[in-house]
Amino acid sequence: MAEEKKTTRKKIQAADMMNKIMADYFYGLNDAATTGKRKVAWCTSVGPAELLQALGFAVHFPENHAAMLGATRMSTDLIPAANAIGYSPDICSYLTADIGAYLKGITPLAKAYPGIQSVPKPDVLVYNTNQCRDVQDWMAWYSKKLGVPSIGVTSPKNVNDVTDAHIDDVTRQIEALVPTLEGIAGVKLDMDRLRETVSLSRECTELWKQVLETAKASPAPLTFFDGSIHMGPAVVLRGTREAIDYYKVLLAELEQRIRDGVGAVDGETSRIYWEGMPVWGRLRQHSELFANLKSTVLASTYCSSWIFPSFDGNDPFRSMAKAYLELFIVRSDRYKEKYIKEMIEKFRIDGIIYHDAKTCPYNSNSRYGLPGRVEAETGVPSLVISGDLNDLRCISDEQTKTNIEAFIEQIAERR
Amino acid sequence: MATPAFVGLDIGSSRTKVAVIGPDRRLLGHAIRRSGTDFSATAAACLDESLEMAGARRDAIVNAISTGYGRTNVAFVTAQSKTEIGCLSRFGRDRFHEAITIIDIGGQDNKVIKLDGEGRRASFKMNRKCAAGTGAFLEEMSLRLDIPLESMDALARKSTEMVKLGSYCTVFSATEVLENIRHGKKVPDIVKGLFYSVIKRVLEMDSHDGQVVMTGGVVAHNPYIVEMAGEMAGRPVVLPEFPQLAGAIGAALYALDEADPIGIRNNTPAGETNG
Repeated sequence: MAEEKKTTRKKIQAADMMNKIMADYFYGLNDAATTGKRKVAWCTSVGPAELLQALGFAVHFPENHAAMLGATRMSTDLIPAANAIGYSPDICSYLTADIGAYLKGITPLAKAYPGIQSVPKPDVLVYNTNQCRDVQDWMAWYSKKLGVPSIGVTSPKNVNDVTDAHIDDVTRQIEALVPTLEGIAGVKLDMDRLRETVSLSRECTELWKQVLETAKASPAPLTFFDGSIHMGPAVVLRGTREAIDYYKVLLAELEQRIRDGVGAVDGETSRIYWEGMPVWGRLRQHSELFANLKSTVLASTYCSSWIFPSFDGNDPFRSMAKAYLELFIVRSDRYKEKYIKEMIEKFRIDGIIYHDAKTCPYNSNSRYGLPGRVEAETGVPSLVISGDLNDLRCISDEQTKTNIEAFIEQIAERR
Repeated sequence: MATPAFVGLDIGSSRTKVAVIGPDRRLLGHAIRRSGTDFSATAAACLDESLEMAGARRDAIVNAISTGYGRTNVAFVTAQSKTEIGCLSRFGRDRFHEAITIIDIGGQDNKVIKLDGEGRRASFKMNRKCAAGTGAFLEEMSLRLDIPLESMDALARKSTEMVKLGSYCTVFSATEVLENIRHGKKVPDIVKGLFYSVIKRVLEMDSHDGQVVMTGGVVAHNPYIVEMAGEMAGRPVVLPEFPQLAGAIGAALYALDEADPIGIRNNTPAGETNG
């Protein structure tokens, strides 16, 4: 089409409520850090947040902050500052954007939330390498810079089946964090509170799963691009009542859309699965590109990675360990292929897009032949696009657009 | 009454190509120009040149479809566009009635497109962000070596001891070329090494099923690359007539399809004759 018209996905009304609880969360963190009323822990995305919540820490998630740097397109200007002190442009662009932002004294929180000057100063840094090694290196830099301890869990990787041996290992590692964290928090761990926090996380995760599974409907009431935004509370507020209350409201709205036959994209003609990280600085463009092609990206590994079915308040430490280990990113290609095939079936997927993120090998599942194997078994076509989560220097918008348009053409022609 | 004309405009990053076909899918006119910075003006000039060759006027245009990097810049003639991948597939489906792999080497990107035995697109791949192995690589090297692009093919054919270049990167390859010149290597051997590098980049993008067909401006001007690719792939590689026009002809075929959806005018493969 010579004159490109812009079509956007439909706005989710619950977004206003989400914005409010996210604002409350960030102001709460800021208050904790500036007044000293609560100790602040930084925690990697699927680190032991439940334990930190139960000990009364205000919890900041550096990956969430880095995603904000990406979504606001600040990251590409900040990454070079980290490159210049020896952190390669080839490593995690969450890490380099976040450290670059710190070096330059910049945060998107200051613009979004008047009164907040900086990220909350931590009292402790807690990682889980279930995501990648980079999170440990990331926390190590802050540990040295700010003079605060960095502790965490070193997770197994490429796991086929999660066994008792894996769970025993990670359980012991989480338990071993307790004395240090108690010392910093100045309180003893209340097991009842931990059980309750884990139960709340489980409830949150169940609701988030139901939210995502509304996309089984045709037309799908939400997209991956909505999910990438609305997962905010599941990431930063798991283990709290606020997240649960929010997802009940969001779920009701999406279920109403299904009853009304309303799709997130008008005239949905193809249903796409997104494998890999979002391109945060292009979320809107990608959303509009697919909407213009009458195509709904409706399910993803990324958004589904905050579903933890194993959380169990009756067995908090062990169930936390199991939940953190069962994560897609921790698993072998054998598991990942099975998972993606189930998702194709569950969401009636017409095509898969694999985002090969230059700086994130752990979330780029197109590098060991997986797309070809899945395609051979399912017959569902796939496309690999080159890009990055945060470093826009690694992106060719025109190539991405041509690839995606050609892919949707291909799906249409094969019907 | 003037012969109805169906037009395909392929606005590439390097060259603009226009093809005019008739209702019988024969190629009636065509033109190729450097795209420059004003895509609309270049496309208009190519269109007029093609129509003149076809003996037609603009009011004979029944339908037109654009493709390529600048496909949205030709609103003066068409509001419809298709991707280059779609148009190359349409061209391949028209010319070959078997499973094929199309390898297209363009100005700034390469494409490997697989069609099944029924002419349906099975898969495609484009090169990654890097321009290594594209026409841009050869253009850069022609500047560095101060050799006109059009003389590269003849030079490469004179090579007796090809120089192998190892780097993925155009800039690093240039350094390797300079190093080889310093070491007294002959220019034909270096140019053949550049061709070898281009072919390696495209052959490693994907596997190749069925008949292998090469298209695009690079092979149109350097048919020796097709011969070398055949040797390297260990199988014959076909260079169709008008390889640089393949995308434009595909777009013109789409224009005809859409104006004539049941195909009552179809009889002769487009591009087979009288261009």
